[in-house]
Amino acid sequence: MDTAVMVDEANIKGTPDASAAGPASKRIVVAYGFWIFLLSDVVMFSALFASYAVLVRATADGPAGDELFNQMSVAIETACLLASSYTCGLMSLAVNARRSAVVYLFAVVTFVLGAAFLNLEIHEFAAMIARGATPQRSAFLSAFFTLVGCHGLHVTAGLVWLAVMMAQVAIKGFRPNIERRLLCFALFWHTLDIVWVWLFTVVYLMGVRS
Amino acid sequence: MNLLGKLSWSAVPFDQPIVMGASGGVVVAGGLILGWITFRGYWPYLWREWITSVDHKRIGVMYCLLALIMLLRGFSDAIMMRAQQAVAAGGAQGYLPPEHFDQIFSAHGTIMIFFMAMPFVIGLMNFVVPLQLGVRDMAFPTLNSVALGLTASGILLTNISLAVGEFAKTGWVAYPPLSELQFSPGVGVDYYLWSLQISGVGTLLTGINFVTTILKTRAPGMGLMRMPVFCWTALAANLLIVAAFPVLTATFAMLLLDRYLDFHFFSVAAQGNPMMYVNLFWVWGHPEVYILVLPAFGVFSEVVSTFSGKPLFGYRSMVAATMAICILSFLVWLHHFFTMGASADVNGFFGVMTMIIAVPTGVKVFNWLFTLYGGRIRFTVPILWSIGFMVTFVIGGMTGVLMAVPPADFQLHNSLFLVAHFHNVIIGGVVFGVMAGFNYWFPKAFGFRLDERWGRASFWCWLVGFYIAFMPLYVLGLMGMTRRMQHYDNLAWQPWLVAAAIGVVIILAGIVCQVIQLVVSIRDREQLRDLTGDPWNGRTLEWSTASPPPAWNFSVLPEVSAIDAYWSSKGGRTPNRAFQPIEVPTNSAVGFITAFFASVIGFALIWHIWWLALLGLFSVFATILIFAFRDVEEIEISAEQIARFERQARTEVA
Amino acid sequence: MSDTRFDRAPGDSPASSRTESKALSDVGIYTIGLALAVALTAISFWVANTSLLWAPGVLLGLAVLAIAQMGVHLVFFLHITTGPDSTNNVLALALGVLIVVLVAAGSIFIMANLSETMMPPPDLMTMPMRH
Repeated sequence: MDTAVMVDEANIKGTPDASAAGPASKRIVVAYGFWIFLLSDVVMFSALFASYAVLVRATADGPAGDELFNQMSVAIETACLLASSYTCGLMSLAVNARRSAVVYLFAVVTFVLGAAFLNLEIHEFAAMIARGATPQRSAFLSAFFTLVGCHGLHVTAGLVWLAVMMAQVAIKGFRPNIERRLLCFALFWHTLDIVWVWLFTVVYLMGVRS
Repeated sequence: MNLLGKLSWSAVPFDQPIVMGASGGVVVAGGLILGWITFRGYWPYLWREWITSVDHKRIGVMYCLLALIMLLRGFSDAIMMRAQQAVAAGGAQGYLPPEHFDQIFSAHGTIMIFFMAMPFVIGLMNFVVPLQLGVRDMAFPTLNSVALGLTASGILLTNISLAVGEFAKTGWVAYPPLSELQFSPGVGVDYYLWSLQISGVGTLLTGINFVTTILKTRAPGMGLMRMPVFCWTALAANLLIVAAFPVLTATFAMLLLDRYLDFHFFSVAAQGNPMMYVNLFWVWGHPEVYILVLPAFGVFSEVVSTFSGKPLFGYRSMVAATMAICILSFLVWLHHFFTMGASADVNGFFGVMTMIIAVPTGVKVFNWLFTLYGGRIRFTVPILWSIGFMVTFVIGGMTGVLMAVPPADFQLHNSLFLVAHFHNVIIGGVVFGVMAGFNYWFPKAFGFRLDERWGRASFWCWLVGFYIAFMPLYVLGLMGMTRRMQHYDNLAWQPWLVAAAIGVVIILAGIVCQVIQLVVSIRDREQLRDLTGDPWNGRTLEWSTASPPPAWNFSVLPEVSAIDAYWSSKGGRTPNRAFQPIEVPTNSAVGFITAFFASVIGFALIWHIWWLALLGLFSVFATILIFAFRDVEEIEISAEQIARFERQARTEVA
Repeated sequence: MSDTRFDRAPGDSPASSRTESKALSDVGIYTIGLALAVALTAISFWVANTSLLWAPGVLLGLAVLAIAQMGVHLVFFLHITTGPDSTNNVLALALGVLIVVLVAAGSIFIMANLSETMMPPPDLMTMPMRH
């Protein structure tokens, strides 16, 4: 008989490790699946980042980053998103404690901060377009608008999701599946902030520097 | 503002008889089938048991069915190409003008890879993996149904392009600048891009589903190192899906932005960089071929072990080799564009990495050979496909290692040598693998075996036909013939192309044999009935269930104590455990509805019907909302129902 | 069912912080994370704008700060730890990071290499494009 099989049989004792304990709980399964999805999303962003890095000097005699980027606006956007990540964390704690009033409070604050971020970003885009720095102007601008815009679309989707989740909490209360979805939302929101860290570093700060 | 965007009656190619004949044939055949279903009153059954099913077994069968149909479509493209190239020598133009020929080779590649090989492999994994893991279903059953729907939507869009509009003429890789709006102003590239974006989302969902299922839901006692090798290869392939498909999504998104909104990622103007597309495409493209072949390797591991009557040789080295291939597949992609101009060091690095990736594959081949050696081999149809694979794939792999040497590749890139190589490994590896898996697991899915005689006939036709069709292409590549040629001047090439055409006809005979095999098996299903659930004396858990398994797979969840979990429990007493009620997920129409709206959105975007696209997007959002607010997620199957099924299954055995 | 000592959903706080008395409350963990992230962000902005640092080092410094802040998010907001209950989550993350590095760094390097070897000669660069 195969030696590996004999070794396996000798290993059966006491508490099995997670590998042999049977199917995991639904919370773990759902959250892990969403975690894998988030990693795939991050890979997609990395392809967009790579394109941006390759095209960052392809300005076609048009404006480059150092002329276009407003650091104050970026700093405020960063503050908004970071704060919203913090309030999202507090919301998660409130969900675990099943304190619905606190959940709604932090959800609203998170939403407002996220919306403020989007508002600033849309203004930034509009200002750039108004002065002729459209995505059609150069490959650099195409890459910039796509990379930052993709993040903005994700934030928008997150805000819609948050609103729907609040409706679900109001209508159905803290059922297990609602709690699982809120856990997934928190994962999503924190990951978006991580992507933003890389965005403001690579696009704005390095762009201003060069 | 035109309500129908770019769409008008001129989109239908009334002046092209071949296209109109093919489209007409499809419409008539489809109409007949739908009519027959309606006449016999099968719609409630189909809706309830198949279309809204979230059962992994049903979804797996539907994936395989889609793949088989697309095999016919992709193969007709192949026959057309071989026929064209066999006659279009010297001054002859053949019967296919260039605009058609270009669409045919583009559609052939796109369909065979995305809509035949991927669905077939995913279908087999869908059916088998939860059964082998000893669990009741995938981690996310409804998501599984949505993924199937999105794949079907991509298939539908690509096939609509035959009758309404055109397909891409850029080859299945769609390099810019040719695929940019400037040089491909028609809808062809848009059909290509939207079909693949939509089905790509489906594939990504499948990847997430499998990774989670394999890593987080396995029967008690089944640690990772007791999993069947097919599940290991499924894990590796799905990790690659999760890692690689987002890159394709991003790349196609950038090309779509270039085409629709005049962005400049890959355009020639405004300092766009077309080479970036090639780079990113193959970052996805190389892992993709391992996504296809790793599950095929898994099938061979299962088949060789079962029909040798021995455990698989070298389980641990198989696992290590599989995961090594998984990681290495992300380190070789530049070998698809050695000639694009990287420096010698860079080309050399990727050349060496490409040669290294052949090593774990070699380990696998030796392990299969050592499994066969000393075993009591039963020469069933699956084993024939496996042995055919071992010879054919090794040849194809060797030609790959040959081209991994950059100076050699400078001669052979984009020649028929390359075409022969990748068909050698894809047909020898993936197609032979899914055929073996299809024959091996068919009895489990449908309760009766496939006819052996017609199965053997189809294998031999495929094997002989493959060699006659593709070995001449190696010669032609070395003689200097480039790929994708609609006509050529060098008459010395023609005999080889005629031979290749003959080979394709033999493969056609093989496919006809497979169709006959299905018909004969269904006709003779009572004689071929599998009463025990274990027609092959199998080793893994799927053979411990009835054929076909009940919706809940296992009436009592198995407890695993060793590799080859079913084999180790054979000969022992089946424990008499009381049945508990089981909760299974409810059916859901969300997969079908998503597919419908995805097709609408895709079609609308292709033809610039913006209001329809927006309406479709809004409808998808509404569907998700309605689904999110549903109350009933599972139904309970009573212990009496389970007991009744078990009694019936056991009486059939007796 | 699995023993939750050995397996944890990504994003969930470690179980030990709920059962034993802890030096840091749950809110405290998030607050420390916020404070660290704010500090790292402020330093990044300063690094990008100051003239006090050696120029080529600035880009590297910004990257290091970004990595550090990503780590802060992972540990304090996403509760990714090195404990045995987090192994699966860490492995998945590690695979994701590997792929990101390969795709991004690989692509940037390859494109730079292509650009260098395929750069057209000066007179070709000034020729007008034919469309």
